[in-house]
Parts: sequence; C-alpha cells; structure tokens
Amino acid sequence: MRITRYAAALAAGVVLAGCSSSAGDQAADQAENTVAVETEASFAAGTTMAELNEAGSITIGTKFDQPGFGLLNPSGTPEGFDVEMGKIIAAKLGIPEDGVEFVETVSANREAFIQNGTVDLVIATYTINDARKQVVDFAGPYYTAGQDIMVAAGNPEGIAGPDDLAGKNVCSVEGSTPAENIRTNYPQAQLTLFDVYSKCADALANGQVDAVTTDNVILTGLVANGGDAFELVGNPFTEEPYGIGLTKDDTEFRNFLNDVLEESFEDGSWEAAWDATAGAITGTPAPEPPAVDRY
Amino acid sequence: MSVLIDNLPLLLRGFWMTLVLSVLAWIGAMVLGTVLAGLRVSPSAPLRGLGYTYVELVRNTPLTVVFFFMAFGLPQLDLALPSFFWSGLLALVLYTAAFVCEAIRSGINAVPPGQAEAARALGMPFGQVLGQVVLPQAIRTVIPPLGNVWIALVKNSSIASAFAVTELTAVLSRLSNATAGALVWIGLGVALGYLVITLPSGWAVSRFERRLAVLR
Repeated sequence: MRITRYAAALAAGVVLAGCSSSAGDQAADQAENTVAVETEASFAAGTTMAELNEAGSITIGTKFDQPGFGLLNPSGTPEGFDVEMGKIIAAKLGIPEDGVEFVETVSANREAFIQNGTVDLVIATYTINDARKQVVDFAGPYYTAGQDIMVAAGNPEGIAGPDDLAGKNVCSVEGSTPAENIRTNYPQAQLTLFDVYSKCADALANGQVDAVTTDNVILTGLVANGGDAFELVGNPFTEEPYGIGLTKDDTEFRNFLNDVLEESFEDGSWEAAWDATAGAITGTPAPEPPAVDRY
Repeated sequence: MSVLIDNLPLLLRGFWMTLVLSVLAWIGAMVLGTVLAGLRVSPSAPLRGLGYTYVELVRNTPLTVVFFFMAFGLPQLDLALPSFFWSGLLALVLYTAAFVCEAIRSGINAVPPGQAEAARALGMPFGQVLGQVVLPQAIRTVIPPLGNVWIALVKNSSIASAFAVTELTAVLSRLSNATAGALVWIGLGVALGYLVITLPSGWAVSRFERRLAVLR
C-alpha cells in the first residue's frame, strides 16, 4: 500500500517534471512567504481558531492531481492556487508553514473528510452547491470557475467564445455537464465526444477537432501538460463558485475564513497566489475576485 | 422504465450505429480475413510469413490500442481518415480479420489433403484450388467459430464509444450521467440492444450449420 502510494506520487511528479517544471519552479519561488505569519494572533477561547492557533498546526484537504490548483510536485509537496489559499489562512491563524499539513482529498471523499474530522478544511476545487450545503458549510467563494474553451496555440480558428463554435468541431467527454451544455445551448457546434479529456487534447494536437471545452480548471491542466501546443480562450461562460469546506454550523470559523478571504482580495495576496500558480501556467492575469457569499 | 421510453430516439440511433458499424466491419473483416488465410496456406514462404506476421501482430495487440493508433496515430503519419467513424471501423476490420483468418485456416486444414491434391492433379493453379475446391468445403466447418467471431465483433464495437462514435455504449454513458438513479434501466435497455443483434445471430448460425453440413 505504502509503496504504491509513493509510486503514484512519483509518477505524478515525473509527469509534472517532464511537462511544466519551469512554470512549477517559478510558481514555487514566487509563492514563498507571500503572507507573513500572524505570530500575535489571538482568538476568543473555545473557537476553532483558538484551538488551531494553540495546536500550531492545521490539516487541509486538497487535490493532488489538479495542475494549477493542487498538484503534488516532484519533491512530494503539493502546490497550486488552493494550496496557496490554505497557506494564507494558516498564516492568519498564526500557524507557521511547517505546521500546515496537506492531505489528498478526491471529489468523492470531501464531505466525509470534513464530517469525521480527518481535515480541518477542504480547499479542493470544491463547487458550492445546495446539496453540499446540507452536510458541510462553505466559506467563500474565493474563485469562480466556469466552462471555457481550449484551442490550438495561436487560436487559428479565431474562437473567442461559445458563439464562435457554430460549425466547428468541438471536443468534450460523453455524458459530461459541459457537453450537455453545448448540446442544448449551442446546437450548431459539432460535438466530438470521447471518454476522457486527454483524448480531446490528442485530437486537438492532431488538428482533428478545432476546440476542446470543459471547466477551465481542467483545461488549465491540459494546457500545462501540452507544452506550447494549446491555449485557453479565457472567456468562461458558466459559473462554478469554489468555496472552502468546513464543519457544518461552525459559524464563527466560517466568518473568520470569509474575513481572511476578503482581506486577501484587498491586500493583493490573493492575486499574488493566482499569479504564482494557475496564472503562471495559463499566462492569464488574475480575474476579479468573486464576492464572498455570507449565506 | 420511463427513462427508456423518453430516450427511445437516442437509444435507437445508438443501436443503429452499433449495427452499421458491426455489419460494415464484418464485411471488411471477412474479405481481409479470407485473403489472409489464403496467404497463410500459400506455397510461397514470404507470403506465408506475411500472413503469419499480420495475424500474430494484430491479434496479440489489445483492441483499445488498435483503436488508439487508428484514431490518433494515423493522423500523425499524415494518413488522416475522414472521421472517427472510419478510424473505428478500420480498427475493427483490421483486428477482427486476424480472428477470421485463423478460423478459416482451421477449416482449410480440416479439408482432407486428397482434395487439394486431386485438384492439383487436374492442373488447377493454387488460386483455383483454394477458391473452388478447398474454401467452399472449409467454410462449412467454420460456421460455428465464425459465429463466435461475429458475436465478439458486435460487443467489441462498444470500444468505439471511447473514440468519438456515438453508438449504444456511448448512449449508456450519456444517459447514465444525465438521469441519476436510472442506471439499471438504461443498462438493461442497452444490453437488450446488443442481445437483439447477437441472439438471432446465434440462431442463424445454427440454422446455417445444419443446412451446410456435409456427410462424410
């Protein structure tokens, strides 16, 4: 079990090293100490903030396979926008960087990890929706993902948005929400549907399709792994708000997290985190920060 | 149940695509497989070697790899096919032909050598010996194994769903994502689609077998 886990981490690392090491290194360098640790931070007794501050450590669930947001680098440390957001929060809690432990969460186990206390927070490309609000609380959103379009480098077809897809060959995954969205709302686009997105990237590289469409976060990963073959159009046309998941009904902690997020939007640390991670891969400037939803 | 009725047009489109893909692939594979079997029993050593190499190379390669090569490898060699339907069809033809070849060759080997010897004694060239004397007798004995190859082909065509051909299995993945909780019904409906093709095939094979049987 242990060996396979290391092997998987190593494999993920090798893939990254082979494809985007320069962007990754640059990202890591820029990300060093973007936010100073609040050594003087103090919190009301009994709150989650006080507990974490006293323990001097926090466990954060993130993805380990999502380039730009949460990806294990060759040396075995996760990096990405979600990871940087985690570090910003830890710093505001007065927790030094070596007290922050990142644990891998996948889409299916995020609620369970929060509910049984395996992690204190989940920052893992976690879309806020009503079904999830029934079992966990969300701070944020801190980023709004959305369906976007990836084209060959130089955008030879001049595709600027979904309306330009009419009559073009567009690739996605059979049964996925983005494919369904194109089918219903942009019926003039010719859909080519595979079972995984990597085949769409192959088809785009071969010129067999004109564009690939899905959530921009997935496309970011494909752009990162594609050498210089692809580029992102950067004009999302749906909205997937990403939030920070925490234990349900821990309102004080949620308010604290929302304050930290708003602070990071204003003092530039949010933008710096973006530029150092996802932004470094896609070359796109940081978007406008979303409005925090204190529901 | 209602999910099947609501999506009947889509299911029928998928079924039709599976049927077209399978039948076209079968025609291609029968032609190519027969030629390959001819190569494998030919008196010329290089031709035998060619047939042997093809069969061993293709039938020992996973079908998914063959599909991948046809869909993404050929375009990189500047041999792009008009659409992913054609690359899928070609993959199925090339792959199935190897199995058809081996089935037919087993039938050829089952024809008593005296038949070919007698034909040669009459002065027939190899092509005529094979085409007019040996193969007609060989085909009769290979109806059941060819039936197996056909049924395998129909089911193998489902791999095309992963390579941009919207056939029955692709419809399964589309509907199972679109309609939460109805997976059992959709799965049954799609399985039924395959059975509609393969079950009558099995029945037809046994009819053919009886009709073509030779008393020896």
